Parts: sequence; C-alpha cells; structure tokens
Amino acid sequence: MTIEILMPALSPTMTEGKLAKWFVRAGDTVKAGDIMAEIETDKATMEFEAVDEGVIEKILVPEGTEGVAVNTPIAMLRGEGEAASAAPAAPKTEVKAPAAPAAVAVATPTVTKDLADPDIPAGTQFVTMTVREAIREGMSEEMRRDPKVYLMGEEVAQYQGAYKVSQGMLDEFGPDRVIDTPITEQGFAGIGIGAAFGGLRPIVEFMTFNFSMQAIDQIVNSAAKTLYMSGGQMGCPIVFRGPNGAAARVAAQHSQDYAAWYSHIPGLKVVAPYSAADFKGLIKAAIRDPNPVVFLENEILYGRSFEVPKLDDYVVPIGKARIARAGKDVTLVGYSIAVGHALAAAEKLAEEGIQAEVIDLRTIRPMDRATIVESVKKTNRIVTVEEGFPQSGIGAEIAAMLMEEAFDYLDAPVTRVTGKDVPMPYAANLEKLALVTIPEIVAAAKAVCYR
Amino acid sequence: MAKPGKAAEAAAGKKAKLPPAQEMLRYYRDMLLIRRFEEKAGQLYGMGLIGGFCHLYIGQEAVVVGLQACAKLGDAVITSYRDHGHMLATGMDAGGVMAELTGRIGGYSKGKGGSMHMFSREKHFYGGHGIVGAQVPLGTGLAFAQKYNKTDNVTFCYFGDGSANQGQVYESFNMAELWKLPVIYVIENNQYAMGTAIARSSAQPALYKRGESFGVPGRQVDGMNVLAVKEAGEDAVAHCRAGKGPIILEMMTYRYRGHSMSDPAKYRSKEEVNKMRAEHDPIDQVRSMLLGNSLADEEALKAIDKEVKDIVQKAADFAQESPEPDPSELWTDVYVEA
Repeated sequence: MTIEILMPALSPTMTEGKLAKWFVRAGDTVKAGDIMAEIETDKATMEFEAVDEGVIEKILVPEGTEGVAVNTPIAMLRGEGEAASAAPAAPKTEVKAPAAPAAVAVATPTVTKDLADPDIPAGTQFVTMTVREAIREGMSEEMRRDPKVYLMGEEVAQYQGAYKVSQGMLDEFGPDRVIDTPITEQGFAGIGIGAAFGGLRPIVEFMTFNFSMQAIDQIVNSAAKTLYMSGGQMGCPIVFRGPNGAAARVAAQHSQDYAAWYSHIPGLKVVAPYSAADFKGLIKAAIRDPNPVVFLENEILYGRSFEVPKLDDYVVPIGKARIARAGKDVTLVGYSIAVGHALAAAEKLAEEGIQAEVIDLRTIRPMDRATIVESVKKTNRIVTVEEGFPQSGIGAEIAAMLMEEAFDYLDAPVTRVTGKDVPMPYAANLEKLALVTIPEIVAAAKAVCYR
Repeated sequence: MAKPGKAAEAAAGKKAKLPPAQEMLRYYRDMLLIRRFEEKAGQLYGMGLIGGFCHLYIGQEAVVVGLQACAKLGDAVITSYRDHGHMLATGMDAGGVMAELTGRIGGYSKGKGGSMHMFSREKHFYGGHGIVGAQVPLGTGLAFAQKYNKTDNVTFCYFGDGSANQGQVYESFNMAELWKLPVIYVIENNQYAMGTAIARSSAQPALYKRGESFGVPGRQVDGMNVLAVKEAGEDAVAHCRAGKGPIILEMMTYRYRGHSMSDPAKYRSKEEVNKMRAEHDPIDQVRSMLLGNSLADEEALKAIDKEVKDIVQKAADFAQESPEPDPSELWTDVYVEA
C-alpha cells in the first residue's frame, strides 16, 4: 500500500511554500513523529513530521524547490505490513484542508504590474518585492533616518514578527528600538501615545487590528483628540499598524475590517494600501506624519509581490487616491485587498465590453473625494467595494458624499459590494459567501450599466 | 488615614527638624494659591461662567505641592481631570487656567479643552485626561521617552483610588517594572471614587500594595502633611533617578468638596468632612508649624494671603475679559499640518 505524502498547509493563509530540506531519503524507514522535511512558508520555517510508519519509496519534489502548492504530492511512502495498511488514508486526512481558502479564490498573478502611478518619474527602475518586504523596508529606512522612531508590539523582536514583517529589524536596530511587549494592547497603546507626547515617534504594531479593540479608547480618546483639547499644543505623532480584515478561516473575532471604525474619528488619519509600492511609500509618510495614523495592512496581501520603484526615498502622500486602471463606463472604488478584487472584476468586465475604471483609495481619511468625483463625472456610475460590513461603512460614506457632490452626474444608484452583514463564519463555504467576490462586483457593475 | 507623622508633632510646638522658613513659606503660599483658586472657580461655576464638569482639588493641596518640591527641570506631570492644582503647582499661569475654565481664547487650550483638558509643554504638564485611568499608560509612556532619550528625568503619574481599579493601571505597572521606567505612580486616595467609598470598591484597599505582584514597591503616606509628602517624594525620586524602575506612593488624602460641582455628597456625613478639615487640613498644619516655631509671624502670612488673593482675582478678571474663541477656531487643531 503506497501513500502519497502531500505538501502541508502550515498557516491559515499558506497556499504554497518552499521545500527547503529533506531529512529522509528514498529507502529510509520512518516512524510517526519523525521529522521528514523542513518547509518554508512566507512566515516561518517549519518542520514537517511523518504521521505514518513506512519506507520512503520515492522523493517526488527535490529539496530547494520553491512555490510548491499545498496538497502537491511530495513523496511516496510504502506502508509496511499490518501497520501500514491499518492507516492508509492518514496523511491525506492530515493535509486535506478545504481545497482552497476562500480568499485564495481570487486569481493572483505572482507580480502585479498594471499599477502605473503618474507620480513615479519616467525611467524609474522597479524591483519586485512582497508587501511584507515593502513595509519592512519603509520602516527600516525611517528608523535609519530618525532615531526617535521605534517599533513596539507583540512578537516584533525576538520572534521576528508574528507575520515576519519586522524580520531582521531587531538585529539591525537593537532591543532599545525594536521592543517586544507583553500581551497588553491597551497598556502598550497608551505607552506609545505617552511616548509620542514625550517627543518620540512610535510605531505600535497590533498583531491584528482585531486586538486593537482592547486599545481603541487610547487611540480615539488620547491619540486622536489631545491635539484639539490642548489648543494645538500636544501633537501625537504615532503609527498604529498591523493586519486588518479577514485572513482565511480564522472566524469572527479575527476577521473584521476596522477601516470604517477608525475613519469615523477626526484627528486620526487612516491608510489602507493595496500594492507593495504604496505600502512602502505610505508607511514612510505615516511615520513622518505629525498626527496619529492608523495603518491597515492585510494578511493575505503580505505575501503578494508587486513592482516597487527603486528610488532612494519613495514617499507616497497620505490623502491621495490612485487610478489603478483607467476606464470610461463604470467606476469601481475600493481599498486594501478589495482593489485586487476590483481589478480582477475589471478584467472580466472588459471581456464583455465594459471599460471599468478602478480607484485605489489608499487613504480612507482624509478621503480623496476629488478623484472619486472626477471619475464619476466621466463614468456616471460607481460601485464601491470593501471587505467591511455594509452599515455605516466606507461605501456608505462614498454614497453619501456623491449625493452631496456629484448627484447630477449619476446615471444609476451608487451600489455597494461589501462583506456580508454577519459575523465571519468559520466553515470554508460560508466564509467564501461572507466575503466580497469577483462575480458580485461584476454583477453590480453590469447592473449600474443596465446590462 | 496614615497616622499624623513627625510634622504634626512639630506643629504641636516641638522644635523638630523643620525645613528652612523660606521653604515652609513656599509650601504655604503654593497650597493657599490652589485653595483660593479652587474656591474662586467654585464661585464662578455658581455664577454660570464655568460650565460642564469641574472637579475641585480643595483638601488635597499638600500632595501635589509636596511632590513638586522634589521635581527638577524636565520632570513630567500627568494626571486625571481633577487637575487645576497640578497645573498651578507646575507653575502654569493662573489666568490661563481660569480662562480655560471659562472657555475663553486666553485659556491654555484656547477654550477647547475646559477644566479637564489643559497642557503645557513648557512646564512639562501633560494633562488633564478625562477617561478614568487612561493617564496611567500615558504617564508610563512619558517615562518610556525619558528613558529612551537617556535623561535622568522622572514622570509623576497621578491617579485616584477610583482609577486604581482600572485594568490598564496594572498593564502599566507590569511594563514599567519590566523595563525599569522612571515613573512615580501617585495614587491620590481621597477615599471616594465619585460616591463609592474605597471599602465598597476595592478588595485590597491598601492601594500601595497593588504593585506587589509586579515587584513595584509602594508606600503609604500622610497626604495631608506636606512635609511627609516631600520626604516620601524625595525617596521615590531618588529610586527612579537611580534607574530602579517605578514606585507607588499612596497619598492618604481627602477632598472637602463633592466629586464634581454637581455632587451633593450624600454618601458621607458632614461630621466626617468637618473632622478632617479641623484636624488634618494641610494648610492649617503648615500655618501652625510656621507660627508655632516662630518661622514666620502673622504679618508675613497676611502678606502671602494678599499676594494669593490678588493673583486669583486677576486670574478671575482675565478669565471673564478674555474673549470667547473665534468661530473659526472650531476647525483648527484637528490635525498638525505636515
């Protein structure tokens, strides 16, 4: 009885990984619990254990192979005698994750190129990097530039970042500037704000913005309002950053998008980029900004690669949206991961002869209303796309704003495509239904085009 | 209440080790300024010139005056919304504070903060915070910045017996001790969290012990006696400046007035208040020490009374003359222009 050993999924968002090292060779006998291989995900290097006894018949994927998809057979195991035949299906069961996490259903090219930014000088060279690397580079550049900038949060230092965003930064900047905190969000958010009042420029990482609810009083009441309450004396230059919104299969308490919550507050700036170039340029702008900035990242985007301009000091201004794809028939506007969905939808719409213009908001507050209004003046139709809940969401805000500023230009009602109005379910099929899908965006765009 | 200490014995006439007359007179003057200022604020509130919440510090003057006597340039102060006394003690201008109370442009926050929200970077006073307990992590962060910048300054982080039950206080104790931050947690235990007596709110009413499980040392102090406060403050400051981390001072004190102006204070008896005033008043204690030890005569004290009265009157006048903020101020100071 021969068993296929499959490439395992080792994190909620892992879709592929590198088979870094085999510890067994063809002909070796393995017992359950033996370490067979070392697998590198985008977050960590993990050991992979055998779950069955048997003899390795054949290695199918040699060590050093990158981009091995989850569930790809990587070796063949021949079960021995009774023991082997007793548990033939075990390895399959172990790795039989739901075929693909909902979020991965979006087709994602390895490198996204169609993101021309008019603000990047002609002739600029580009390098390919992941969102994770872009954020890290942006933070590191600012820490080299300004000794008052430091990073604090859970697992940012010795663990190298829960999502590897701060990997290597402890080595470069030392424990005085890359600081592991206890699990105590309200406390360390408040300490960061106090340090900002005291003249430092903290970057406070939340392991996820879901945990920032423990600290939202400090963010809203202390960071956002003190400048006003002090008649302009007591500014609070601080960045709160971390992954926001859904990852994959982590259920209701770890999957919420907080863009609308924070964007409600005067005194805060809220940034939610999509491309690696924007992540880099905007994290630098956020760190330099004299105001508190909520910088929303996305776990699924961390591993995605984009072209990033190779410039010495690439800073993207806060408060400016970007036309990610030009079109004349309908405007699709979104932020963060929803921009990827909108671009994919635009591609599908093009096949049906509809030219969609895609706006990447990049900053939620202050919102670049002018860019949205200009686009609507051209297309006369708009669909908003966001992962957050519908009520009082970003789409609701854009709809109201367009009533005020572009009513006469609208040929169809402003239409929202949002996350569903339910707590995020765990089951793979339900999660997929709860999230924004590309067919929903396509359908909404066609509806406002009356097609 | 902590037992009356050496200072009270001295007040009774013994020639104990008292500080020089100059220093004693300064305590008298600084405490009296706070007392008279707060009385005036209460009066203006009654006249409708001050609105909203207004929490008076009357009775607690020895705490902030004694501790400020231990501070040096660059030491930071942060507190809750019962903050007028702290501002005056750090040397902020009485007119600017009073004009903030009346919501005028001449106030420290241009009238946009009010009683609970005033700040002075110049005097290292960091507010003035309205959410009970929120100033504790903030003060810990100020101490974090002091250490990060390799100064030997300390932060005086004040909060009350009410705040002492907020979770973020303990999050702060933990990190402050972990990172050896130079912060003095001053718990102004005035016995009542709004209307709830400490015995009804606190499983461990000895608040100076609240840092024990984090290794933060604590000490209970007679907060009605400015000399006892000063002495404890010196020790605490030395502890922090030596890099030994945070320390807790539980100041046993008492507020004579209600929690805020609108508090009828039905939760305690008139007798309790009167007894405190008669036997433990911080200003009377210093006055007795000064006169009983012939460090000053009635004339000298009268001169101070007059000086203080003038300052407060001028502040009250300024607070009424200063115009309301221009309507355009509504839209300023939301963001710092980058």
